[in-house]
Amino acid sequence: MTLDPVKQVSGTGVFIPGADIDTDRIIPARFMKCVTFDGLGEFAFYDVRFNSDTGEKTKHPLNDERFKDASILIAGVNFGCGSSREHAPQSLTKYGFKACIAESFAEIFYGNSTTLAMPCVMASAADIAALKAAVEAKPETEITIDVENLKVSTSGGLEISVNMPESARDALISGRWDPIQELIDNDAAINERASALHYV
Amino acid sequence: MGKSLFQKVWDSHRVGTLGDGRTQLFIGTHLIHEVTSPQAFGMLRELGLNVKFPQRTFATIDHIVPTINQDQPADPMAAEMIEAIRKNCDDFGVTYFDLKSGKQGILHVVGPEQGITQPGTTIACGDSHTATHGAFGAIAFGIGTSQVRDVLATQTMALQEMKVRRIEVNGDLRPGVYAKDVILHIIRLLGANGGIGYAYEYAGDVFERMSMEERMTICNMSIEGGARCGYINPDAKTVAYLQGRPYVDNDNFNETAARWLSFASDADAHYDDIVKIDASQIDPTVTWGISPDAGISITENIPDPLTAESPEEKASIEEALEYMKLPAGAPIQGVKIDVAFIGSCTNGRISDFREVAKYIKGHKVAANVQAIAVPGSQIVAIQCEQEGLPEIFREAGFEWRAAGCSMCLAMNPDKLIGDQLCASSSNRNFKGRQGSPTGRTILMSPVMVAAAAIKGHITDARDLFDLEESAAVA
Repeated sequence: MTLDPVKQVSGTGVFIPGADIDTDRIIPARFMKCVTFDGLGEFAFYDVRFNSDTGEKTKHPLNDERFKDASILIAGVNFGCGSSREHAPQSLTKYGFKACIAESFAEIFYGNSTTLAMPCVMASAADIAALKAAVEAKPETEITIDVENLKVSTSGGLEISVNMPESARDALISGRWDPIQELIDNDAAINERASALHYV
Repeated sequence: MGKSLFQKVWDSHRVGTLGDGRTQLFIGTHLIHEVTSPQAFGMLRELGLNVKFPQRTFATIDHIVPTINQDQPADPMAAEMIEAIRKNCDDFGVTYFDLKSGKQGILHVVGPEQGITQPGTTIACGDSHTATHGAFGAIAFGIGTSQVRDVLATQTMALQEMKVRRIEVNGDLRPGVYAKDVILHIIRLLGANGGIGYAYEYAGDVFERMSMEERMTICNMSIEGGARCGYINPDAKTVAYLQGRPYVDNDNFNETAARWLSFASDADAHYDDIVKIDASQIDPTVTWGISPDAGISITENIPDPLTAESPEEKASIEEALEYMKLPAGAPIQGVKIDVAFIGSCTNGRISDFREVAKYIKGHKVAANVQAIAVPGSQIVAIQCEQEGLPEIFREAGFEWRAAGCSMCLAMNPDKLIGDQLCASSSNRNFKGRQGSPTGRTILMSPVMVAAAAIKGHITDARDLFDLEESAAVA
């Protein structure tokens, strides 16, 4: 299985305010009544994008016309916490997001996103604030995430360093972000391990 | 230097190192449910793969099961999801505890009661509360659907090794302080993101005195503190709980038990961090905000954004109070509730219902409060019936339901309506978590939920009930 390396991602950005944005917020549980991931994109952040009584659009940044084509999500601390639902990153990629930049990410969300080839990089609070200011002042600001060199730059001249676990960086740039084939290839070692475990 | 349980289990399940540097870890036991598994089976079929060790995966249905008429799915999609897991288990030879088995329930209740959950093993499940099984000294991870596929196809998954933080709680818990209060207190102290990159080892005499069910309540909420897994070292209580259960090797029990106990952390084990907490400082704890780390003692006031230490904290308190419609700086006691929920993988076990039943006799749920009690499994439900508990709950004004996740996450008909406020024994107070986009949740122990249901508002259970002799772990 050959996968495309993900070395660099570019697009315009949108800042989603708030710490500890959980995966129920990203995709409310009722939209998980499904047996495929198809069509989840339209439900991303649904309950904070639409007033539940009137159905009207709220002032959520994803409803802001200026950010309608944004493909890079910018957020604060502990983004993607809570439920392990892969439906969350699935809904973000299907919505059109290609990458996330946040102060920090919850671990399960992080792993799920990497396996879907959506890079998640971490930046300092000051750099997130600078990126937020840049995209809000000029929504057409082009943001480029250089996954290989862990740098983010903008068309406005902002240059910041970001970080990510080396395993995720390697998985993305070397095109092995979905590990299934490598796991399968180690079949003999799996059998050996299994036979050494008393309970298997 | 010795090893922690985490390191022992990790080392004994390591298959190898992957190209990206992660470990390929053998997953001894895989639990699946109807919400996060159908897509994984879809991927298997697409890739032409089989389930490698079908005898190591166990399935049941919990998230979407109605708690009034269990066998009548709420809508065609719920019916399709139930049919999908049945067919997938059938096609691939996976054990499935269906509604007729008498063993259905929330996976994190079913695993331990069947003896599937065992010390020194690795467990994975497409559900973040899988850490519950750590109560037995297992290393148990919540995983995404692509990883469910990986485990089905190879019985392994790719994982970055974690650091280990030992959280020691020593001393005596005061009456009326339960396991739920202890974990809410830990999360309050360390934060909802404090555990990122860590496995939590809960240690100290408080956890040693706890029953297995109380330990499950603790480990269950590890993820709410950001830790992907949490565990308690196995001991004589662990062994006694498991003896005789269906999936335990009861024929060679002594040998098995000795092996289990050998996984306990060595006295000179290395920890990346150690946190010490004084048990006597823990009060009955409730949440006031929209993250599980927004906890306060029942005797404290709701935070005031004016006293915040940073602009970020101020914004965060303001957002939470606006959503919760709670007054800044006011006592949390007295906040009116609309719904009371006792159940979930956190607090839906026999000991939870026994404890509440001790105190609600002679009391009535307040008018205008809907109170529901939902056993975590069919086996818990039967135990409750044998002990006459449903009558006690009904007499007090609770609705007694059938087993399922119910109002913890509202993928079934049990949901808040509008901005109803729920006193809940579950694990998450996120915006919209209980089914209404504006619904509000205050987390607390089952006994505190019962007290709130009776008074009609958030209250200190110690004032309402004579809890002197109850404190399960004092």
